[in-house]
Amino acid sequence: MKSQPIDIRHLACERDQRELFENLSIQLAPGDVLQVAGPNGSGKTSLLRILAGLLPAAAGDVCYDGASVFSGTGRDTWRNNRLYIGHAPAVKGALTAEENLSWLCALSQPVSREQIWQALQMVGLRGFEDVPCDHLSAGQQRRVALARLYLEAHPVWILDEPFTAIDRSGVAALEAHVLAHAARGGIVVLTTHHSLEHLAGLRCLDLGQVA
Amino acid sequence: MLQIIWLLFTREWRLAWRRPGQLLNPLVFFAIVISLFPLAVGPEPGMLRTMAPGVIWVAALLATLLSLDGLFRSDYEDGSLEQWVLSPHPLALMVLVKVLHHWMVCGLALVVLSPLFGLMLSLPAKVLPVLGMSLLLGTPVLSLLGAVGAALTVGLKSGGVLLALLILPLYIPVLILGTGAVEAAVQGMPVTGYALWLGCLAVLSLSLAPVAIAAGLRIGVSE
Repeated sequence: MKSQPIDIRHLACERDQRELFENLSIQLAPGDVLQVAGPNGSGKTSLLRILAGLLPAAAGDVCYDGASVFSGTGRDTWRNNRLYIGHAPAVKGALTAEENLSWLCALSQPVSREQIWQALQMVGLRGFEDVPCDHLSAGQQRRVALARLYLEAHPVWILDEPFTAIDRSGVAALEAHVLAHAARGGIVVLTTHHSLEHLAGLRCLDLGQVA
Repeated sequence: MLQIIWLLFTREWRLAWRRPGQLLNPLVFFAIVISLFPLAVGPEPGMLRTMAPGVIWVAALLATLLSLDGLFRSDYEDGSLEQWVLSPHPLALMVLVKVLHHWMVCGLALVVLSPLFGLMLSLPAKVLPVLGMSLLLGTPVLSLLGAVGAALTVGLKSGGVLLALLILPLYIPVLILGTGAVEAAVQGMPVTGYALWLGCLAVLSLSLAPVAIAAGLRIGVSE
């Protein structure tokens, strides 16, 4: 569960021939929580998608445990070690919360029904296990997606706007969970417009100043 | 590996059964086109028999094409596809399962219904097995090739026309071989050659299309 260090070297990102950021270098050690900040359109989501492996980088490299995550065995290791929850929560409206989670987790490692019920309780959705997600509110759907943080044992979390549509107590619980993950030696990279004062040891990367 | 295939299959079944409208759309389209033809061109059996192979095959082709446009779109829009791409499991295998599931609810249903529609267009009973066989070998090819187009157009808001333009040229050999087999059977000629060619295309698309679909989806997700 303990993460290996992540080394981002001279990373650059281009979208539609426009340079979003370049020469971005930062090292993340186990236990780090990095908040990526910056104005709209500064490349926060693009950076997270590059880290996750969804978007090719224009230049530069990301290394996990010394191996590039863009090719070869480094990429395979990375796939088993990072969890990405994007802006779209990947929750199917026609499926129940339990069915959604059982499939999403099976994409990396299958979990039992009891574990899913426990995770749903942790995100405050006890009693909603069998409700089709169409009938849940936006915040509740987001909570279904975030229940994966209680289920999957990836050391590195990459979270794009995880707090969207979540109420205040939910945000507090999630912050505590992020901190606990960092304390266990995990690494969390997230973007959010919430101010995260409660997170001790939070590192901040402002893309507005990098560019 | 087997477990992920099974889980994906049950997921697709659940999604299909909870949206039965989408499940029935291609079949209803197929049924409407074929039942309108005798009304429009007249009920003379000889003429219907000459047209039947072409009509059934064109209807099956268009029904498949219609149903393919949305194959990956909802998964793309709600972010599921990103999670598929990020998964350590091979994407090509997962899309193969998804496309085969799509074929089972669309193509296989057309195969099962085809004898009925063959009779409606006054095809002789001895030709019906050949009609079923040609569709059984041909519709998987239609689904798999169409899925390549659906994957390439997944990021577009309305990819319908573009999908048709991309895919129809690839469908033409299947259409010619499929109707050719049925016409040969109507005239009492051997159909083995057509069947072997269709089988060839089916094996080829089964083995190569998943790789192309996966590559298309990776491009679509990285946009």
